[in-house]
Amino acid sequence: MLKRPLLIAAALCALATPALADEPGPGGSKPPVARTGEEIYRTYCQACHMADAKGAVGAGSFPALANNPRLGTTGYAAYVIANGRGGMPWFKDMLSKEQAQALIGYLRTHFGNNYKEPVTAADVEAFGQRPSSRF
Amino acid sequence: MDTGRQTPTRRQLLHAIGLMGGTAAVYQMMTTFGHAAETRFPGPPKLEGARNGASVIVLGAGLAGMLAAYELEKAGYKVQILEFQNRAGGRNWSLYGGDKFTEMGGATQNVGFAKGNYLNPGPWRIPHHHKTLLHYCKAFGVALEPFIQFNHNAYVHNVDAFGGAPQRFRSLAADFEGNIAELLGKAIDQKALDTKLTAEDTDRLKEALRSWGMLDKDMRYVKGLGSSSHRGFELPPGGGVNGAPKPSDLLPFDEVLKSGIAANMAFFMNDEFQTTMFQPVGGMGKIGEGFAKQVGHLITYNAKVTKLFQDKSGVSVTYTDTAKGATTTAKADFCVCTIPLTVLNQIENNLPEKKQAAIAAVPYSNSVKIGLEMRRRFWEEDQDIYGGHSFTSQEIGLISYPNNNFFQDGPAVLLGAFANGPGGYRLAGMTPAERIEAALAQGSVFHPQQYRKEFLNGASVAWNRVPWVMGCCARWNEETRAEHYQTLVAMDDRIVLAGEHASYVGCWMEGSLLSSIDAITRLHKRALEA
Repeated sequence: MLKRPLLIAAALCALATPALADEPGPGGSKPPVARTGEEIYRTYCQACHMADAKGAVGAGSFPALANNPRLGTTGYAAYVIANGRGGMPWFKDMLSKEQAQALIGYLRTHFGNNYKEPVTAADVEAFGQRPSSRF
Repeated sequence: MDTGRQTPTRRQLLHAIGLMGGTAAVYQMMTTFGHAAETRFPGPPKLEGARNGASVIVLGAGLAGMLAAYELEKAGYKVQILEFQNRAGGRNWSLYGGDKFTEMGGATQNVGFAKGNYLNPGPWRIPHHHKTLLHYCKAFGVALEPFIQFNHNAYVHNVDAFGGAPQRFRSLAADFEGNIAELLGKAIDQKALDTKLTAEDTDRLKEALRSWGMLDKDMRYVKGLGSSSHRGFELPPGGGVNGAPKPSDLLPFDEVLKSGIAANMAFFMNDEFQTTMFQPVGGMGKIGEGFAKQVGHLITYNAKVTKLFQDKSGVSVTYTDTAKGATTTAKADFCVCTIPLTVLNQIENNLPEKKQAAIAAVPYSNSVKIGLEMRRRFWEEDQDIYGGHSFTSQEIGLISYPNNNFFQDGPAVLLGAFANGPGGYRLAGMTPAERIEAALAQGSVFHPQQYRKEFLNGASVAWNRVPWVMGCCARWNEETRAEHYQTLVAMDDRIVLAGEHASYVGCWMEGSLLSSIDAITRLHKRALEA
């Protein structure tokens, strides 16, 4: 029963955050909810890491996730996706625990990666947070 | 001009008030005069007297870099600018017909817009209080025209309200305000508000609610000519025999709430989004061109910086000519580095460890813009929409109508998407053709009869895939501000960073200019002390 007021409070916080950048406005930019690992990859990741997960090169580069030994542990991917790294933003407030689990499992078993051990709930503890305030 | 000795000057008056009442009184007085809250622009920097032969290398020919170069050259420094692209302006940019754009991953778009039409992929509107930018636009001869920020006649669409049917902004806003006014009036009558208002105040408040919410004599928000004068008429007032207007039906209040209109109304109250706003005549990129006219002779294009080092004797920057392949090392006494942190983070350097940590700690936001060229201005001709935005909860975020050339025949470009967050990532991950298709499918909700029929061609820019910035803007939060901001902006011996990322006006051109002025002012002071 406690849950509902909390949700409402979270929604109010989101609305009350002042815009501190030139942005589209409220309410927009919602994609269809991504559930499977592949859907989540297509929705959030391939913008930078590309459809084939091979990354890309410009003035700097986006790393390849294909054939990437760093995916050998569940913890590394979970940490980077949750907290971001360099120019990559944090996703702990954009992805739920379930989405993170599905995504990391997908990355570890696709694009030339073959790591079978499952991603546990403990691995994705950091996800599903409320958006942090910007300033 | 003698204004009379009896009258104290503004400064004297403020000083006197300051002595009597302290700074709070001065601030209040200044606000009354309309000065204090307007801008952080101190006026163009007055740097002069650079030491003979002193040199500065500027990395990046965006607005921050070009402003630094312009002011430092004026102060007497020998200045060189290195730019990764084959053009100046950075994120200040417009795409025109005939332009070619290749994004990371290799997809290339050939822009097919008619002559004079454009897409502003990055900045597109300028608040009236961004005085630094306005100052330099005027100084460099960049003509500005109004940007239609707020249009009551555009639409708001939420997939979860009104069965997915868009409503006019004015109808939603009027019905929201009318209902709120009525509810608040009832609450006052029922003494449900725990307020310290006197009976007189309460009367004033009720009168205010009546006129603000267009309530009737019984303090009710009802269908009638009053409410219609805000929300729009079923049949607007006319002339002659059948001139009498017919009022329109109100929208169900629960659906009005679901539409999220309050957030749209609040959006326009944000000080960065209040009218008046401006845009350059002919495309946002005209600002970069205006700056480049001043400093173009200092720019080396196609220069990809690979190393940034400093020691006691100076700064050395190694760069590769991406067109010809040659590698060069340039030297200078000082460096203003405006390279986006996404890229700077991957350049070999010997900056202090704390600085490197700060550079690595700031992620970049995403956004996608899509321009759609339409055969005719059906939004003007068929729906009386002249500029402004129609908002949607779909991933395109909004569509925005052109602010210039009203009533003209022939093709016009509307902004078919300004997406960020999750929707922005999804659009960015698509191929350019898929993005256009998504923009057409989603934007059709506002103009179902015309949107696909009148479509000619389109172009999209996904900022994550823009090779020279790899993101949209620096995205700070309270924690990273506290831990890294001062380190990031501090001058380390001979190198200082500048750009929107080194400001609290992030993602605005004003931020990059204010940051640049602050950086070169400190650089100049350091150079004179050295």
